[in-house]
Amino acid sequence: MSRSEMLKSNSMLQDVKILTGNEVAAYAARNSKVRVVAAYPITPVTPVVETISKMVESGEMLARFIRVESEHSALAACIGASAAGSRAFTATSSHGLAYMHEMLHWATNARTPIVMAVANRAIGPGWNIWADLSDSLSQRDAGWMQFYCSSNQEIYDTIAMAYKLAENEKVLLPSMVCYDGFVLSHTSMPVQLTDLDDFMPEYDAVWRLDFDDPFTHGNILPPENFAELRHNIQKSHDKALKLMKEVEKEFYEVSGRKTTLKMEEYRLEDAEIAIVTMGAIASEAKVAVDSLRDKRVNVGLLRVKSFRPFPEKEIKRVLDDISKIYVFDRALSPGSGGPLYQEIKSALAFTQEKRIMPRIVGIGGIDVTKRTIERAIFDKKIWIKEVVA
Amino acid sequence: MKISEIEQEEFLLAGTSACHGCPSSMCLRIVLKALGKRTVLVVPACCTSVYMGPFPNSAIKVPVFNTAFASAAATASGIKASLEMQEIEGEVVVWAGDGGTYDIGLQALSGAAERGDDIIFICYNNEIYSNTGIQRSGATPFGAWTTTTWTGKKEHKKDVAELMLAHGIPYVATASTGYLKDLYEKVKKAKKIKGFRYIEILAPCPPGWRFPMDKTVMMGRLAVETGMWILFESVNGKTRLTGVSNQIALGRRKMKDVREYIKLQGRFDHLDENEIAEIENYIERKWRRLISAEEGSDILMFKTV
Repeated sequence: MSRSEMLKSNSMLQDVKILTGNEVAAYAARNSKVRVVAAYPITPVTPVVETISKMVESGEMLARFIRVESEHSALAACIGASAAGSRAFTATSSHGLAYMHEMLHWATNARTPIVMAVANRAIGPGWNIWADLSDSLSQRDAGWMQFYCSSNQEIYDTIAMAYKLAENEKVLLPSMVCYDGFVLSHTSMPVQLTDLDDFMPEYDAVWRLDFDDPFTHGNILPPENFAELRHNIQKSHDKALKLMKEVEKEFYEVSGRKTTLKMEEYRLEDAEIAIVTMGAIASEAKVAVDSLRDKRVNVGLLRVKSFRPFPEKEIKRVLDDISKIYVFDRALSPGSGGPLYQEIKSALAFTQEKRIMPRIVGIGGIDVTKRTIERAIFDKKIWIKEVVA
Repeated sequence: MKISEIEQEEFLLAGTSACHGCPSSMCLRIVLKALGKRTVLVVPACCTSVYMGPFPNSAIKVPVFNTAFASAAATASGIKASLEMQEIEGEVVVWAGDGGTYDIGLQALSGAAERGDDIIFICYNNEIYSNTGIQRSGATPFGAWTTTTWTGKKEHKKDVAELMLAHGIPYVATASTGYLKDLYEKVKKAKKIKGFRYIEILAPCPPGWRFPMDKTVMMGRLAVETGMWILFESVNGKTRLTGVSNQIALGRRKMKDVREYIKLQGRFDHLDENEIAEIENYIERKWRRLISAEEGSDILMFKTV
């Protein structure tokens, strides 16, 4: 670390606070200069809504907070606010996200770069409030960018970076910043609330509803135009992948942190076995990798952070020399299997012979320990439904 | 107000793809004249989504934001919040059919009304899902044929204007395609008030109600003259009947036989005398519930009987 970097990080250490993932998401929205928030309470994301409400009422956050009557309306209001030229934010979980489904698609086609915090939770019945990534992963095709965080610091950084990426005129896509319910949403960790003034200026919309230059948004779109819009959305996802490095670099310059948007490689250089996973489980997987390495198992970790757009080429490159791959999913696509497993299999199709093995873990909030992951490498079981203490 | 005082500038341009005799386009033209240039129109799925014309063209000369069926009021709330944060003056107005108001849009409408968001919600009520080809809605009257009530609707309609009164919002009004000047004045009045405002227009739909397309205005008048549709206005809780409805209540005008209204509409062709009597009962109940006339006064308070 250079002297200037050290000074920078020292000065930033003063801003370290012990915060839950939900509080961090609220502060990230405030510091990203969000001006309209519309949200509805749902466990486990509710503290985001409460914290924002408190900050707006005390004047600590300069924003309008619309206390809507449903998640469907929450996202509708955010879409309207974004179309009128404001940076908009919402947060939800589970049933709330499912209820938003129609508007998720609307936000994408409307080209409104909203950012939403998602505290991942299972969908009932039976009622289950615990961590499970099936809520956001089942929204895979709604057109949103999706980032899965592994720590509270990452939630803060990623919300800011997601706005930066989403608002780029070549991207203009909405974005979900996802984190495991309770595991991150309610766990306190030290977090630097880096000042974002140099990183995130006041929102300057690429397009907005304008009284002096009126146009009609979202009217009937004939097939050829519709196909063009959808093609453009795909191109925007491709472009977003390319722009991630730039955003990461820009963020590093203000924070001194190398927070990834795309993916993270851990001890993969000489690995013969790779663990691939996302979210909080990836943090635990690092511990498992260290422990396995101590036992002379040549294992490394690939943490996928961006599920949409999916960094297929990079993943292929990173896993090229590795013959045994274990994909851990805290989610299920019933009738197929783990959603991340599907993606990894498809990314590695037509490469040299590999064994790609699915592991379904942590469903409905089952605790995933270091030992769960270690044992899963040696066991043949796909489903792990118990806590391995 | 004289008709000549109505705004000359057109914000709904000629040549829309609306059906001939369409009450919605007729009223939207007047509504936009009353609202003026600094208006954002929020349109959920409805006939207007179609007749405003396909991309890249539009028949509407103010900013229009199309939104999903259930979401009109919430989308408008978001747009207004954004304009307020940016200190941009402008009216945000929902233009929704009865499906997007009475049924799928009701939750968002009630939420926005309860929050008191500073928007105007206008429902053009043609008493059916007309854009999808004439299906029954919560606003379809008893007895009416639709493609989902082939033998006539068995239930009476609900009344969202009354429901809006129960929300305690500062402005609620009903209007009819039969009286466009009255509609213009009511929109103008709503524009002067801050907070959540609701206007509902009865919009007789020629293909949906099965009557000739040159009878739209006449049908809008007959609805009021027969008491099937009641014109009123409520400003900050003070409610009074307006126009022909007020004259009927004051006894200055005789309420016409409802048969004059329903016999002109193919959707009521199959009704027998018992069913017509049920409609007459509905009208009586409605009027009794809505008004309690004070002798010599044109201020009529709403009272539950």
